[in-house]
Amino acid sequence: MTVLAERHAVHEHAEHHEGPTGLLKWMTSTDHKVIGMNYMYTSLVMFFLAGLMALAIRLQLTSGTGGVLGLSNQQFDELFTMHGSLMLYLFAGPFAFGGLANFIVPLQVGAPDMAFPRLNALSYWLYLSGSITMVLGFLSAGGAAAFGWVGYAPLSEATFSPGAGPDLWILAIALTGFSAIFTAVNLVTTIFYLRSPGLTMFRLPLFTWAMLVTAILILIAFPILTAAMVMLFSDRHFQTHIYTVVGGGVPVLYQNLFWFFGHPEVYILALPYFGIVSEIIPVFSRKPMFGYKGMVFATMAIAALSTGVWAHHMFTTGTVLLPFFSLLSLLIAVPTGIKFFNWIGTMWRGQISFKVPMLFCVGFLFAFLMGGLTGVMLASPPIDFATHDTYFVVAHFHQVLVGTAVFAGFAGFYYWYPKFTGRMLREGLGQWHFWLMFVGFWVTFMPQYKLGLEGMPRRVATYVPGLDWQNLNIVSTVGAFVIAISFVFLLVNVWVSWRKPVPAGDNPWDGHTLEWFASSPPSHHNFERLPSVRSERPVWDFHHPDDLVITHSTNGNGKHRHPVTVGSGSDGGHE
Amino acid sequence: MRIEALFLIGIAIFFGIVGAVYWFWSYEQGGTVMLAGTTLLGLLPGSYYLWWSRRMKPRPEDRTDASIEEGHGVIGSFPNSSIWPFVLGMGLFLVVLSLVFGLWLLAPGAALVVSALIGVTVESRRGGTI
Repeated sequence: MTVLAERHAVHEHAEHHEGPTGLLKWMTSTDHKVIGMNYMYTSLVMFFLAGLMALAIRLQLTSGTGGVLGLSNQQFDELFTMHGSLMLYLFAGPFAFGGLANFIVPLQVGAPDMAFPRLNALSYWLYLSGSITMVLGFLSAGGAAAFGWVGYAPLSEATFSPGAGPDLWILAIALTGFSAIFTAVNLVTTIFYLRSPGLTMFRLPLFTWAMLVTAILILIAFPILTAAMVMLFSDRHFQTHIYTVVGGGVPVLYQNLFWFFGHPEVYILALPYFGIVSEIIPVFSRKPMFGYKGMVFATMAIAALSTGVWAHHMFTTGTVLLPFFSLLSLLIAVPTGIKFFNWIGTMWRGQISFKVPMLFCVGFLFAFLMGGLTGVMLASPPIDFATHDTYFVVAHFHQVLVGTAVFAGFAGFYYWYPKFTGRMLREGLGQWHFWLMFVGFWVTFMPQYKLGLEGMPRRVATYVPGLDWQNLNIVSTVGAFVIAISFVFLLVNVWVSWRKPVPAGDNPWDGHTLEWFASSPPSHHNFERLPSVRSERPVWDFHHPDDLVITHSTNGNGKHRHPVTVGSGSDGGHE
Repeated sequence: MRIEALFLIGIAIFFGIVGAVYWFWSYEQGGTVMLAGTTLLGLLPGSYYLWWSRRMKPRPEDRTDASIEEGHGVIGSFPNSSIWPFVLGMGLFLVVLSLVFGLWLLAPGAALVVSALIGVTVESRRGGTI
């Protein structure tokens, strides 16, 4: 039944809302929590699939002749294409803005659900359809798409990539693109219209801010990607020759369109994870965020600048304005530096407890710092010309993306898992996961910088022996397997928590933001009551009535004693 | 509502400036068109919000001192469950697959899409689900 959610006393709300169960519940649910979990399960399946492909790629490269696995060039091309596509389109993005954001943002703003629950469900089904479509490529006669995750024309045109696999790839991206756009509309509306009273924009949790800015980036970037894919599809099937020189088209146009999506996409994959880190570090330092407004504006600045730097992926095409794109790319380092400064400032003199989520955040800081610094190097055209399409670039973006989507992503997973399930994950197993992954991460990617500087090109299945590349590649492969083993600990951890549950309680970490006020897992339509919001950490204020309520808006003067009262929540169902 | 409006207007201002600089520096058409589109993305909803924000009282969620009680009342309609998003999603899935596997898939796909559109409309009017 439809519920007209009201904010009023809850006693009259009967907890039993008769609804479908089992498979039918899964198919018909419009609850943001169920949809969020669906997103997370699906994207984690994609993550593990893509991870297995990465292991195959690394095994192939342990010898210059492809010794261990002996993949053909075609098979190798399919593997790295699908590894990249699954990781970027189907894991890193949807895990954050489909999974975590869906589950957490309505809770953080004190809303009963997303603004458009049925649109939200449609987003998930489009995402699932897109994921299936992309993986179906492996079953097609000509194999999956094999032109890299960027799908550059004219390589992706029908002449050079015939068959159903590339078509499925193109359509999968169109489907998931629409899914992302719908989710973005939903998130913006939820954040603008369903906030709790007193929760002004500049009291929003930083994760919600990050998701708002990410949603805007999605609205900027994904329609252009979808348009580019539609044109590519019509080139392949209706001879429109938009991207082919033969028919008077412009191949570089594809790169312009793709990277106008592609570079914001990098930040669509990064900003939500910055938001996760900005949630976890204050909680585990037991301090409010240092420089809250600075963080908000830095998030906006990163997003704005990232939309103006698309052609720094195209320096070597010789058709782009080098100083403009180099300058804007270098400028991104400034707001990113502000973020680092504020994260460290938050930890500074805090009572830091290195629980697993916090460990992953610290791992993120190191990983992203290294990836970010090499990014600043690559923003300089002379360095980019020398290292373009080498393993230096591969190492750079893997450090950035593993830093964000994997380190920070699993920080969020460990942090919110008690809220998702009502159960704790085991601390010891989590520590094993972190340390193995941390070691494996550096062992995997540092040799790739060296390989890149020595000139090893990316996307090759074999390489010339005698250049001393083999040893470095073997080290890198060993690191990749260490990362893979670390994820066994995650799976064991989830299994143990499922078989022998340790109840988490509503607020296991002494959290700051409204999601910790709901029960674990949150009840239907989330809140039975809400605390009044007087700062950007209302739940902390509620649980620590003797502490000062610290607001960021007025420096020093903003510290005042203020009784935090509780009003009734936004739940309240009407039959 | 005012900060939301300024947030969107800010997008328009930033990309307006970047777009102008980009055009007069490079005279490249593709990028300029995309930057102009992004400017409109901020300008159209942003100016509408700004227009409204000057004509309405601040909502409880816009005020730093609002109490929970001020937010009482109906805040929206939230269906518990609905089969139609699933039907619509699978319909679109079949429509898309018909472009690869043959147009015969278009018939069941379109049927599902149309039935879902009817279903979701009727459901909204009735105020119920399933």
